[in-house]
Amino acid sequence: MAFAAFGSAPAAASSTSSRKSGPIVLALLLPGLIYLGLFFLTPLFSLIITSLESPDPSGAIGAYLYGFEWQNYVNVITDYLPQILRSFLYAFLATFFALLISYPLAYFIGVKLRGRGLIQRLMVTLVIAPFFISFLLRTIAWKQILSEGGPIMEWVHSVGLLGPSQYFIGTPAAVVFGLTYNFIPFMTLPLYTTLERFDIRLLEAGADLYASPAKIFRKITFPISMPGVISGTLLTFIPIAGDYVNASRDFLGSSKTSMIGNMVEADFLQNLRYPSASALSVLLMAVILVIVSIYVKRSGTEDLL
Amino acid sequence: MKRRPFGLATYSVLALVFLLIPIVYTIAFSFNDSTRSNTVWEGFTISHWLNVCNTGNICEALGNSILIGAVSTVIATILGTALAIALVRYSFKFRSGVNLLLFLPMATPEVVLGAGLAAFFFNAGFASGLVTTIIAHVMFCLSFVVVTVKARVQTLDPVLEEAGRDLYANPRQVFWRITFPLLLPGIIAAALLSFALSFDDFIITYFNSGSVTTFPKFIYVAASRGVPAEANVVASGVFLLAIVVVLVTQITGALKRSRLQKVQ
Repeated sequence: MAFAAFGSAPAAASSTSSRKSGPIVLALLLPGLIYLGLFFLTPLFSLIITSLESPDPSGAIGAYLYGFEWQNYVNVITDYLPQILRSFLYAFLATFFALLISYPLAYFIGVKLRGRGLIQRLMVTLVIAPFFISFLLRTIAWKQILSEGGPIMEWVHSVGLLGPSQYFIGTPAAVVFGLTYNFIPFMTLPLYTTLERFDIRLLEAGADLYASPAKIFRKITFPISMPGVISGTLLTFIPIAGDYVNASRDFLGSSKTSMIGNMVEADFLQNLRYPSASALSVLLMAVILVIVSIYVKRSGTEDLL
Repeated sequence: MKRRPFGLATYSVLALVFLLIPIVYTIAFSFNDSTRSNTVWEGFTISHWLNVCNTGNICEALGNSILIGAVSTVIATILGTALAIALVRYSFKFRSGVNLLLFLPMATPEVVLGAGLAAFFFNAGFASGLVTTIIAHVMFCLSFVVVTVKARVQTLDPVLEEAGRDLYANPRQVFWRITFPLLLPGIIAAALLSFALSFDDFIITYFNSGSVTTFPKFIYVAASRGVPAEANVVASGVFLLAIVVVLVTQITGALKRSRLQKVQ
């Protein structure tokens, strides 16, 4: 399974990478690296340059001059503080719920279904099945399923979970729900990959030593699954922090749920405020880089891929 | 202790049902006898399946998505396979730097990738359209190809290639007759993943495609007025096709393995 590679630790890498570098390595590496340099790194520098531009004196909309307007960053932080905080809060909550929902599922498929290859593969296929149908349509489907007048919302109102004048769609809860749903497969797969290969005899050893199931989980299972937990969390938290589809008004959100992504989109594509959109993107990227560098310090770069 | 596995099994089935609800909903509403907004069930019809292309430019959007997906997949798969082979088979300086450079695009939020490329094309005076969209898609697919192919290269026994060299095969013959056929399943998996990522991408495409419409872009634009049932038809068709491909490869893989075990 392609996605299964996410959580993998390259065990055999060191044993086979014995050959010395030469013209062949360069021929293999350079095309890809030049491509990423040109179309990944340069655009990031483009963002930094654009984020420091100042308005054109002519006052034309969308026209800017190269400059060092550090003030752009101050403005972005003061103007968009609620959206910035909201993005990280939603990302934190959705990642937490995705972990909570995914862990037992990944444990069941990876540990309890060992030796039953076909059912195991079938269940993994069902976990990744959402990837094969449009992400936007899945989100719209939830919007319609959970809309007012539908059977689920009728029930929610009848038992008093929501008052008669309260709606679910458009609330922060709906956005966090959608984000959690959309990113569960990204959490389940890396968890499954680590849980699928760990030695179950360790659990038997724990039980033989009279450890309670809770203690076995706390002392054996969870620590062993840590690589999966970490890559799953990274693969969910980062895209969620930058997502803007779920929070947008036409999907599960409202103007009160907008996140960083919504502001970048509006400033870049509608208001043509390129420096502001770029400064916001650079800030988001900076936070992500801090998170990644903490991760790299803990586990090295070999485990990244 | 006896009841626990049952509870876990029930929970897992429920979790999978939860994951599948919107898929079933989307497929069901491709048969909804609705005229304009496809939000309330109005009866069963197959007319949307028979007249998909009558709605706006949906088939043009689908064609663009397939074209962009195919071209970006070919380029990303070639570049990514070369990188994966180099990473597993050779030792070189700046290895951790290369690992980091390949990981970062996967760790960068799509909105940053999209806005970054858009700013880059804008500053360079490049008009956005089909070419800029393909450039963007190759960029974000590349790392995923490397991850997938790398896993396959790691399972490859270098002894097989040595045997080829011992039998006086030249490097080109070793690659095309031994290495490449053994890597092929990984390369195919990577290409499928790359196509799926490209086909479903919305955010990066939205920033860099100019006036070119792709299928996800069609849905996003339609979302404010109500998505027509024809969009459900296209998505359901793609879904059923993909799931059949995956199931067939998984089942034949499982059968092959059980046959091998019987032989042993």
